[in-house]
Amino acid sequence: MTRLTRSIPGFGEGRTTSERVSAWLLIGAALLLCMFLILPLGVLLMGSVFDEAGDFSLVRFVEFASTPGMGTAVWNTIWVAWVVTAITVPLAFFYAYAIQRACLPLRGVWRIVGLSALLGPSLVGAISFIQWFGTQGVLKSWLGELSVYGPIGIIISTVYASFPHALMILVVALATADARLFEAAEALSASRWRKFVTVTLPSVRYGLISAALVVFSCSVSEFGIPKVIGGNFPVLAVEVYVQVVGMHNFGRGAVVALLLLLPVLVAFIVDWRIQRKQQASLTARAVPYVPRPDWRRDVPLLAYCALVSVAMLGVLGMAAYTSLVKFWPYNLELSFDHYRYGLAEAGVLDAYLNSLKMAGLTTLVGTPFIFLVAYLLEKNRSGPAWLRPLVQGAAALPMGVPGLVLGIGYILFFNHPSNPLNSLYHTLAIMVIANVVHYYTSCHLTALTALKSIDREFEAVSASLKVSQFVTLWRVTLPVCLPAVLEIARYLFINAMTTVSALVFLYSPGTLPASVSILNLDEAGELGPAAAMATLIVMTCATVSLLYSLLTHFLFRRQQAWRNPTR
Amino acid sequence: MAHLEIRNLSKYFGTFVALDRVDLAVERGEFLVLLGPSGCGKTTLLRAIAGLERQDAGQIFHGGEDISKRSPALRDYGIVFQSYALFPNLTVAENVAYGLKSRKADRGIGREGVRQRVGEMLALVGLPGIEHKYPTQLSGGQQQRVALARALATAPDLLLLDEPLSALDAIERVRLRSEIRSLQSQLGVTTIMVTHDQEEALAMADRIVVMKSGRIQQVGGPQDIYRAPANDFVADFIGRGNLIEGPAVGDRHVRFGDLTLRAAEPLSPGQTHRFYVRPEDICLHETLDQCENSFYAHVLKHEFLGAYSLVTFSARNVAHQPLVAQFSSNYLAGRPIKAGATLRIGIPPEHLRPMPEPV
Repeated sequence: MTRLTRSIPGFGEGRTTSERVSAWLLIGAALLLCMFLILPLGVLLMGSVFDEAGDFSLVRFVEFASTPGMGTAVWNTIWVAWVVTAITVPLAFFYAYAIQRACLPLRGVWRIVGLSALLGPSLVGAISFIQWFGTQGVLKSWLGELSVYGPIGIIISTVYASFPHALMILVVALATADARLFEAAEALSASRWRKFVTVTLPSVRYGLISAALVVFSCSVSEFGIPKVIGGNFPVLAVEVYVQVVGMHNFGRGAVVALLLLLPVLVAFIVDWRIQRKQQASLTARAVPYVPRPDWRRDVPLLAYCALVSVAMLGVLGMAAYTSLVKFWPYNLELSFDHYRYGLAEAGVLDAYLNSLKMAGLTTLVGTPFIFLVAYLLEKNRSGPAWLRPLVQGAAALPMGVPGLVLGIGYILFFNHPSNPLNSLYHTLAIMVIANVVHYYTSCHLTALTALKSIDREFEAVSASLKVSQFVTLWRVTLPVCLPAVLEIARYLFINAMTTVSALVFLYSPGTLPASVSILNLDEAGELGPAAAMATLIVMTCATVSLLYSLLTHFLFRRQQAWRNPTR
Repeated sequence: MAHLEIRNLSKYFGTFVALDRVDLAVERGEFLVLLGPSGCGKTTLLRAIAGLERQDAGQIFHGGEDISKRSPALRDYGIVFQSYALFPNLTVAENVAYGLKSRKADRGIGREGVRQRVGEMLALVGLPGIEHKYPTQLSGGQQQRVALARALATAPDLLLLDEPLSALDAIERVRLRSEIRSLQSQLGVTTIMVTHDQEEALAMADRIVVMKSGRIQQVGGPQDIYRAPANDFVADFIGRGNLIEGPAVGDRHVRFGDLTLRAAEPLSPGQTHRFYVRPEDICLHETLDQCENSFYAHVLKHEFLGAYSLVTFSARNVAHQPLVAQFSSNYLAGRPIKAGATLRIGIPPEHLRPMPEPV
C-alpha cells in the first residue's frame, strides 16, 4: 500500500494531514459517482446487449426494430422535438432580447414570469392546456376541428415547459455585448437589421445552439406531458414507461432508454465542445453595451413580452383555478374541496410531505457534496492525477442523461438481487441520490464558476502560512462562494420538488412523491386534485425562491463592505 | 552548502520543457532575482521552490535539508503573488494574522500578541492603522504591502515574490520596489523574486539569474550582467545593444566596414569577433576631433525622450548596420541633432569587449 501510494500527491512522506484527507475525499467522491452514475448506466448498456442467458447479442435491438409501431414512435419523437425546438428557441430569443437589449419597464417582472414554468412539474402545462383546449375546454373553439389530445397538446405543453430553460441560456448569452462593436456598426451607418444580423446574432450563436440542444433534449426525454395530454400518440419516452412499469420488460426498456440516451448525449457533447470555444469571445477590454430608449424597438417588444407573459400566467392560473373549482365545467363555484377531500382525506397529501422531505434531503446532501467535489477538483491537487479528469467527466455526464434513462439504470442496477445495495431500492434515500445525480452538472458548473472566479493562489498562500486548506475553505472560500452555494441549494430543492422522470421508476407506495402523484391522479381521472397538488408544488417552489431572493439580498447587504469596493 | 540549493532540477509540461537541469545556489540573506521573458521557466522555478509545482527530476535543499518532496505547508517560506491574493472577506488585520496561530512557536502569543504583531507588521510596510479595512477598500499598492506584511508576519526563513509589482501602475511600482528592497535589507530575509522587467531586476537584486527556455543563461550582479553579458540573449534582453561584427586585424583591432577600431582585449588575428556596444557608451565628438575609434556618421533618426535622446546613426560605408546611441539631455547640453546631419561619433576602446563565442 505504501509503495503504491507514495508517488501519488497527497500520500506518502512529506504530506500534511489535510492533503491526505483531501486525497481520500477525492477517491471517495469518485467511488460514489461511479456507484451511482457510471455503474447504473453501464448496467443499462449491458442490459441491452446481453440476452437472458447472459450472452452478447443484439437480439433485443432486432426485436425492438421489428415491433410494430416502434418506427412510428421514433419518428413521432423526432419530429415533435424538431417542431418544439423551432417554436421555443425564437420565442425565448425575442423574450430574452426584450429583457436584455431593450429599455422595458418592469424588466425583473418579465424575467420572473418568463421563468415561472420552472416552479411546477412539466405536467402542469399539460393539465392546464387540457382545461383550456380539451373536450370541455374554455377555448376549445380556437382549435376548430383539431384535438388537443395528441401532437398539438404535446407540442404546446412542451414549448411551455422548455421555454424557461431556453430563456435562461439566452438571457445569459445576451447579457454581455461589446458596445464598441455597435458603435463601429453605427459609425459605418449600418441599418438596424444589418446590426442585428452582423453584430447581435453572431455574438449569441453559441447561446442559440445551446438553447436549441437543451430544448430538443427536453422534448425527446419528456414523458409526463405525452402521458397526460398525448392521447394515443406514441412517443419513445412513454414507450419506456409502458415497457418497464407496465410490462416489467426491463430489457426492452433498456433498449428504448439507450435510444433516448444517444441523441441527448450527442447533443450535450456537441454543446459542451461549443461552450469551450466560446470562452474567448468577449475580451477583458470590452465595453458593456447599455441599450438606449427607442420606442420603435421598445413598444413592439413590450407588447410581445406582455403577450407571452399573459400566456404563461394563463397556464399557471388555469391550474390554480382548476384546483379551486368544485366540479369542472358544471359547477364553477370556488372551494378548497380538492385540497380537502381530493388530497388530504384521500391520503395523497402524504405525497406532498414525501416530496418536501425528499427535496430537503436532496438539498442538504447534494449541496455540500457537489460543492466539495468541485472544490477538490478546482482548488486542490491531492489524490491520483489520473482520477481528476475521470471525476470531471463524471460530473459533466448527468447533463446528457435524461432522468428516465437514469431511473431505468437505477432499477436495473439496484434491483438486481445480487447487488449488496439492493436494500436501497424503493427507499427515500435512492430517490434523493437519483435527484442529486440527475441535476449534478448544472450545480457543478455553478460551483466551478464561483470557485474559478476567486484568486487561484489562496491555497498556496495558506500553505505557506501553514494553515490547513480546510481552514481556508471554511474561513475564505465558502463565505466568498456563499451566493453560488445558495443558488445550488435552491436549484436542487426546486428540481427535486418538480421532477418526475427518474422518480417514476424508483418510488414505492410509501415514498410516492408529489410530482408523480399528479400523474397518478390524472390517470385516475382526478384532474381537480391533480391541479391542487400541482398548485401546492408551485406555491412551495415560489416560496423557496422568494426566501432565496431575500436571503441573498440580506447577505449582499451585510457583506457589502467587502463585496462592493468603495474606496 | 548554500542556504538554498537547487540541483539538476527539471520540469516538463507535456512535451514543453519548463526547467532544464537547473543548478542554483542562493546565499543566506541575499536578494536574488529570476529574470527572463515569459515562458522562460522563472515562475516554474519559484513555484518548485515553494512546492507548488512538483519537479520531474532534481533536488532542492533548504538549510541543508532535502525539501524536494515536501508539501508546500511543510516548507518554510512566505510568498507574495502578483494578484496580491488577499482574502477579500477578511479585514487587513485578519489577513495579516492569518498564519500567526498556526505555527507551534506562535501558539502561545495570545490575542494581544497577535494584535501587537499585526500592528508591527503594518507599521513595517508603512500602513499603520488600517487594520479594520477590507482589501477592496485599498489601492493596489496598499494591498500588495498588506500581502507583504502577511507573508512576513510569521518570520519565514525565505521570502518568495512572484512578479509582485507587475499589477501596479508605474509610479507605485518604482516606489514599492525601493521599499521592498530596503525592507529586505533591514530584515535580512533571503529573498527570491521573479520578474520580467529588467529595470526592476537591476534596481533590486544582489544577484540576477537570467533564464531562457528553462535554462539559466547567466548568474551575476547587476553590473556584471549589464557590462559583461555571457551571451547574445543576455545582452539583448538586458538593455539595448549594437552588434558589431568583423574580422580581427592584428591582435588588438577589428574591421567594421571600412573602419578599424581598437578593442579592449586581445583578439585572435584573422578570426571574426562579435561585440556588443551599449547605446550610452557611444560618444559624441567635435567635428574635427580625430581621437581613437572615432568616425563620421549620418543621423538617420532622432527620438527625443525627455531625459535622454535615442539617435540612430549610419556609419559611413557600413550603412547596412545602423548604430543606436543614447545621449542624456545633460550630455548633449542643448546641442541640436537633426536627421540628415553628419556628426563625429566614437566608441571608446574600453567599451569594445568581445562577446564569448556562442556554444
